[in-house]
Amino acid sequence: MKRESDLAVTRSPAALLPSMAMLLSLAISFGCAEAAESLDANGQLLDVSLQTRFETITKDLRCLVCQNESIADSNADLAMDLRRQVQEMLVAGKSDEAIFDFMTDRYGEFVRFSPPLEPKTLLIWGAPFIMLLLGGVIIFRVARQRSRMPLNDDPATGP
Amino acid sequence: MWKFLLPFAAFVALAVLFAFGLNPSRDIHALPSPLIGKAAPAFALTDLLDPSRVDSNGDLKGQVYVLNVWATWCVPCRQEHEALLAISQQHVVPIIGLNWKDQRERAKQWLEQLGNPYQAVAFDADGRAAINWGVYGAPETYLVDTHGRVIFKFISPMTQEVWDREFLPRIAIARREGA
Repeated sequence: MKRESDLAVTRSPAALLPSMAMLLSLAISFGCAEAAESLDANGQLLDVSLQTRFETITKDLRCLVCQNESIADSNADLAMDLRRQVQEMLVAGKSDEAIFDFMTDRYGEFVRFSPPLEPKTLLIWGAPFIMLLLGGVIIFRVARQRSRMPLNDDPATGP
Repeated sequence: MWKFLLPFAAFVALAVLFAFGLNPSRDIHALPSPLIGKAAPAFALTDLLDPSRVDSNGDLKGQVYVLNVWATWCVPCRQEHEALLAISQQHVVPIIGLNWKDQRERAKQWLEQLGNPYQAVAFDADGRAAINWGVYGAPETYLVDTHGRVIFKFISPMTQEVWDREFLPRIAIARREGA
């Protein structure tokens, strides 16, 4: 979804000054420079569809330093680095899948909040249904047993 | 029959679950590295002490080596430094440092003041190499075998005891297999 016309206008104010742009691209590494040009002053991707994908992806990636936060919410240094990584990969035209694969290759499945559906994770995904089924069976059996029992309206047979 | 067996089965299932889940010797924050058994991610970074030099782990091919991730802002790194120094003086394997998201001057000062256990220190200012290694905290210590595969990752400050127990046997095996 990267259009050339977009890139031509998606320059940060600093990049408009040629000398600054030179310094910037020298100071930061090659891949980073491209991403930097695709960001606005607030650090958001100028391409709205990329920014939307960025937000969805980073919400599903765990910040490993502060394990119950996503990298979208966390201010940890590592979370910032990983957000930058996601931005760069989006700008480079990588698919969501490629980005998630990149992260799980390095940090393991744990980095994702929603585990993928595969044999290993079948128990996690199946657990709610198993519980429901189990509960249903128990209720059914108890109810049937109760209905077979005589009603305790005779005080003599009461407990 | 079921009345007895079902609760018993439930009890066994829970006991097994808790034996794993509540094991006090298990660090719940330590994550298994998906890198184990895979090729060590390549890096080529400027050397901390001599910025004109490039440290690349490709140069270490065929050797068993240790990669230690550290930074001056990392308090436990200070804690493990003595142990690293002692271990480096035992000359078992080269210890390579990965200085993670740090300031060059501070890191240089740290090594000048406390001693330098590293054969070389790669300077990873923006943390890109660290991302490739799946680093999520410091200190972290990796062991790479003669085929360039990561065979072990230790998360926590290094101690002589950990070195003797976790690293030395693995180094011995890696050398035997590599020979």
